[in-house]
Amino acid sequence: MTTLAATHRAIEAVWRIESAKVIAHVARLVRDVGVAEELAQDALVAALEHWPASGLPDKPGAWLMTTAKHRALDRLRADALHARKHEELGADLDAMQAHVTPDFVDALDAARQDDIGDDLLRLVFTACHPVLSTDARVALTLRLLGGLSTDEIARACLVPEPTIAQRIVRAKRTLAEARVPFEVPRAAALAERLGSVLEVIYLVFNEGYSATTGDDWMRPALCAEAHRLGRVVAELMPDEPEVHGLVALMEIQASRTAARTDAQGRPVLLMEQDRGRWDPLLIRRGLSALARAEALGGARGPYALQAALAACHARARTAEATDWAQIVALYDALAQVAPSPVVALNRAVAVGMAFGPAQGLTLVDALAAEPRLANYHWLPSVRADLLAKLGRGAEARAEFERAASMTRNARERELLLSRAAALPGAAASTRR
Amino acid sequence: MRFMILVKATAESEVGIFPEDDTRMVEMTGYHEALQKAGVLLDGNGLKPSAQGWRIHHGRDGARTVVDGPFAETRELVAGYTVIQVRSREEAMEWARRCPAPMGAGVEATIEVRPLYEPDDPPQTEAVTRLREIDHVGK
Repeated sequence: MTTLAATHRAIEAVWRIESAKVIAHVARLVRDVGVAEELAQDALVAALEHWPASGLPDKPGAWLMTTAKHRALDRLRADALHARKHEELGADLDAMQAHVTPDFVDALDAARQDDIGDDLLRLVFTACHPVLSTDARVALTLRLLGGLSTDEIARACLVPEPTIAQRIVRAKRTLAEARVPFEVPRAAALAERLGSVLEVIYLVFNEGYSATTGDDWMRPALCAEAHRLGRVVAELMPDEPEVHGLVALMEIQASRTAARTDAQGRPVLLMEQDRGRWDPLLIRRGLSALARAEALGGARGPYALQAALAACHARARTAEATDWAQIVALYDALAQVAPSPVVALNRAVAVGMAFGPAQGLTLVDALAAEPRLANYHWLPSVRADLLAKLGRGAEARAEFERAASMTRNARERELLLSRAAALPGAAASTRR
Repeated sequence: MRFMILVKATAESEVGIFPEDDTRMVEMTGYHEALQKAGVLLDGNGLKPSAQGWRIHHGRDGARTVVDGPFAETRELVAGYTVIQVRSREEAMEWARRCPAPMGAGVEATIEVRPLYEPDDPPQTEAVTRLREIDHVGK
């Protein structure tokens, strides 16, 4: 029994490595990712039937690919016969095949001068197609490109399994109904569509990054998966600077994982983190990905700029050594290419660090009326921090308490309240 | 999860000259390209021959003796390493299985795979915690 279980785990591992490639290749044949996934699953079932007895084949990926491809061709022949029987198509079997076989499609693509003909890349762009809701894109990407089961996606995203199952079914139907072509968008649409791909990957990363102690282990595993997907896309599109920018951003952020919480699982602010616990391997990888983005002329891309910001912290040996003037300059650039109140708030923090809390406070106060920050607890939290530095303890305390009342994260609330309590005169306030 | 794939030394790797027939290097490069395309490759490098290294022997009497390479027991020496980040032990196993024969097909050789300590592995002692907080160690 143990050996059978071990074989199943080995098959599962092969599936994780190979499934996206198999689905992608079959999708190019059948032009429907839903059908392609079904056929790939059929190949997995066949593997589960055969391999425990025969042992894993020498090239398990090729085995899965061939099996799935045969199923696809069977399906296409059956569809063609079906179509003929019902005289829905005047075409004979050969013509039907020509309509769907890869060579013909490749020829079409070549004629249209498709930028990249890679199956996997087509799958990436299809799973992240803008016709789908963001939630659907995330679920479909994890499923088709990450090889995650519905249960794993559900646990990772804190959503009931039936919801995820339904989301994936609907997403596949939407793609089929909208007749979304299985292709890499051409030059004009590429930038926007790539934006959607990168957004999905970064969403997955952040979902994992926001996991807290006690969460299912699948949640933090999302970070690694997003990371892996980012690296895969970077290999597929080596000339796109923003892909490297995103990879750099994720590498550097992930380098801080061990330092982000203390032994009790409480969050530790960036400036107070033990930099010795930052992962130097990931920092090195992040800095080299950033250099690649910059070398490709992408230094002003939103992801590259965020990576450059993260890199400023990564390069500083101590919190005191942080180059805040450089950080302000990077936020200035980010505010130009991707303006948002959150960027403005972060810029205010940097200004406060670089040029003194009074200047920072002026900028923060200017954001007080910003409706998009009305429920954002970092606004009063930042304000409190600046007030405390200016010696305005009572006001600072009130702002920390306000921030604490706004956050939904219990650990963060605890941290904010403890900062309020640590201010001079806190005892007087409790008596009030 | 991170794993280190260790390729043990060979008579050839111990010479430190890449053979004219570089079939094996081509295979090894192809393997690393596959790791990179799959997004699982983190790090890797080769080690120069043990002739360029040394050992320090700690004796029972507490005495230390420096022993210069090369070392005879070639099979126990490491010639190169590759660090991968994967989702399970089985996935690491599958990738290790795909590593080409380091000495060429049909020639005896060994690849060793070892999991690395992760930040969330419980530190056993205070000293281990401190060791892990030193830059470049245990991450």
